[in-house]
Amino acid sequence: MTVLEQPGSYRPTPPPAWRPRTDPAPLLPDAEPYRVLGTEAADGLDAGLLLRLYGHLVRGRRYNAQATALTRQGRLAVYPSSTGQEACEVAAALALQEQDWLFPSYRDTLAAVARGLDPVQALTLLRGDWHTGYDPHEHRIAPLCTPLATQLPHAVGLAHAARLKGDDVVALAMVGDGGTSEGDFHEALNFAAVWRAPVVFLVQNNGFAISVPLAKQTAAPSLAHKAVGYGMPGRLVDGNDAVAVHEVLTEAVQRAREGGGPTLVEAVTYRMDAHTNADDATRYRSDAEVDTWRGHDPIALLEQELTARKLLDEATVAAEQEAAERMAADLRERMNQDPVLDPMDLFTHVYAEQTAQLREQAEMLRAELDAAAEAAPASPEGTQR
Amino acid sequence: MTTAAVRAGARPASMAQALNRALRDAMAEDPAVHVLGEDVGALGGVFRVTDGLVKEFGEDRCTDTPLAEAGILGTAVGMAMYGLRPVVEMQFDAFAYPSFEQLISHVARMRNRTRGALPMPLTVRVPYGGGIGGVEHHSDSSEAYYMATPGLHVVTPATVADAYGLLRAAIASDDPVVFLEPKRLYWSKAEWDPEVPEAVPALGRAAVRRRGTSATLITYGPSLPVCMEAAEAAAAEGWDLEVVDLRSLVPFDEETVCASVRRTGRAVIVHESTGFGGPGGEIAARITERCFHHLEAPVLRVAGFDIPYPPPMLERHHLPGVDRVLDAVARLQWEAES
Repeated sequence: MTVLEQPGSYRPTPPPAWRPRTDPAPLLPDAEPYRVLGTEAADGLDAGLLLRLYGHLVRGRRYNAQATALTRQGRLAVYPSSTGQEACEVAAALALQEQDWLFPSYRDTLAAVARGLDPVQALTLLRGDWHTGYDPHEHRIAPLCTPLATQLPHAVGLAHAARLKGDDVVALAMVGDGGTSEGDFHEALNFAAVWRAPVVFLVQNNGFAISVPLAKQTAAPSLAHKAVGYGMPGRLVDGNDAVAVHEVLTEAVQRAREGGGPTLVEAVTYRMDAHTNADDATRYRSDAEVDTWRGHDPIALLEQELTARKLLDEATVAAEQEAAERMAADLRERMNQDPVLDPMDLFTHVYAEQTAQLREQAEMLRAELDAAAEAAPASPEGTQR
Repeated sequence: MTTAAVRAGARPASMAQALNRALRDAMAEDPAVHVLGEDVGALGGVFRVTDGLVKEFGEDRCTDTPLAEAGILGTAVGMAMYGLRPVVEMQFDAFAYPSFEQLISHVARMRNRTRGALPMPLTVRVPYGGGIGGVEHHSDSSEAYYMATPGLHVVTPATVADAYGLLRAAIASDDPVVFLEPKRLYWSKAEWDPEVPEAVPALGRAAVRRRGTSATLITYGPSLPVCMEAAEAAAAEGWDLEVVDLRSLVPFDEETVCASVRRTGRAVIVHESTGFGGPGGEIAARITERCFHHLEAPVLRVAGFDIPYPPPMLERHHLPGVDRVLDAVARLQWEAES
């Protein structure tokens, strides 16, 4: 079929003018991860902020060590450590204001703790007595999310809803390098950009998705570059430079708060421990590689800066370590107590109003429990209320 | 088809119109209700169920989203976390599958995971079922997937009045509801008055659409008209069939179903969904567990074949029709009675 009814009669018109819908240049990340510590940019830094970050990092490292120890002692079912990534965890928490929301993944209990959550509540999921050990409204921390990247669209929806209501709320969502391969990562960033939702996406590129290195996840120049395709700025930052991560995240949060829309931040860091206690990292990476990163440790870097500026004396170091030990001792003591569980809770929150089927099954379990209690009245296990 | 008498304010309306009215009334009543999905704005949805909503409530309340079902449901979860009451439209049954991870891992579990702190008062509207000549991926009966997920309500209307009432009830529910809309009934019409207060029923209650004494046909959604027609045809053969419209697959109204089967002693379950692993298996098992001594014959199922949904020119061979229902009724061991 031809569109030419009369040969020679077709008069072409130019198509509508094409231009990029957004200028991509300002969205591009820096050529190298942004750093502050050890550069001239560190000169004007506020001493209070540095010391505050330092205290959080020291306690964070101790928290990771304690949680790992509790796993070895059988007090936690599993612990995905963020040792080496404390700068990202702490900065994420500190970049937010009271009314904002944090959307952590399972590796981000430290960020939740740094935001003010009780460590015992933060570790409930990993101890295994309930899925979420805290009321998300209390500190505005969404449940720790296990299915990778699926919490990102939640952050977008919540931030969008808040904006529709006229509330001053920003959502910060955390994901790892592996999570950026998931479809939900793509969909969340796309929705956020289209809706100009007040969201900050923090990707902690810690080098591995369990055992799989970044090269097998993506061929992108950097994860931060992915932002450009969505029409949002991408920022690349040294994830072990607590000051740099804090600055970049604070700026992104501020930008979102002012109606500037979402930002994707890639923080380049390293997972010093295995994926979890159940993982064996020697199967997929060398000690030499780990040692290289030991030379770029987030706490040591900050300590060096503080020492050079004579902001850190022995008394301060000792006081911070003591505070960290107190936190660890308290955590240890409380985690060494058996949680009080009521098996009937299994049925309580499935629906607002229990269905007839669940009522019947609850009665069955109740009868089993009663029979067991009758058979062993003096049971020392005592897990029932 | 409804048992309700025609009232003064009643006028002919289609199921699509009743659904549209339900959305409009819910949005007018509660500013927390937000509609989102693909083509729900200017187009009014591919089935026109959201017709006019964007004009009346604006784009913030009725939002054309990017084309991504996981993103639609995932952002709706976040909106619900912030206290909104999202009503999500999935364009077709089979197009909803990308959203399953959000539905199963988050929507269905959020209340339980957080001990009630984060309820999910959201509705997922899914046009489902065949019989409209749809090409591949447009005619699935996906209800069994949803039924197998604890934490969800699964609701499906079969009448114009229920389309309005059940959708209002779904949106008002503090729990997530998968609201399955039978595509081939979208344009079915009935005399209907949305102003009658009893138009909003409680979720989880079945309705007896036809009283009878010989056997019970248990069905829902698109198969209700088939069963009503079969019951009329069966009357000519001397069988007085009762027809139960489940309306809600979860929660399942065992009370109404079992009361009927205990009365009639015979049961046939009719649905488009596959027989193997379909809802009928669960229903038959429950009837057998609860009503065994009242049964005069094995519980039978008339279901879609255990095949991927057929191309449109062959779907009439797949869909349970009146003849297949009557054949099943004839196999209910009547000879044992005489």
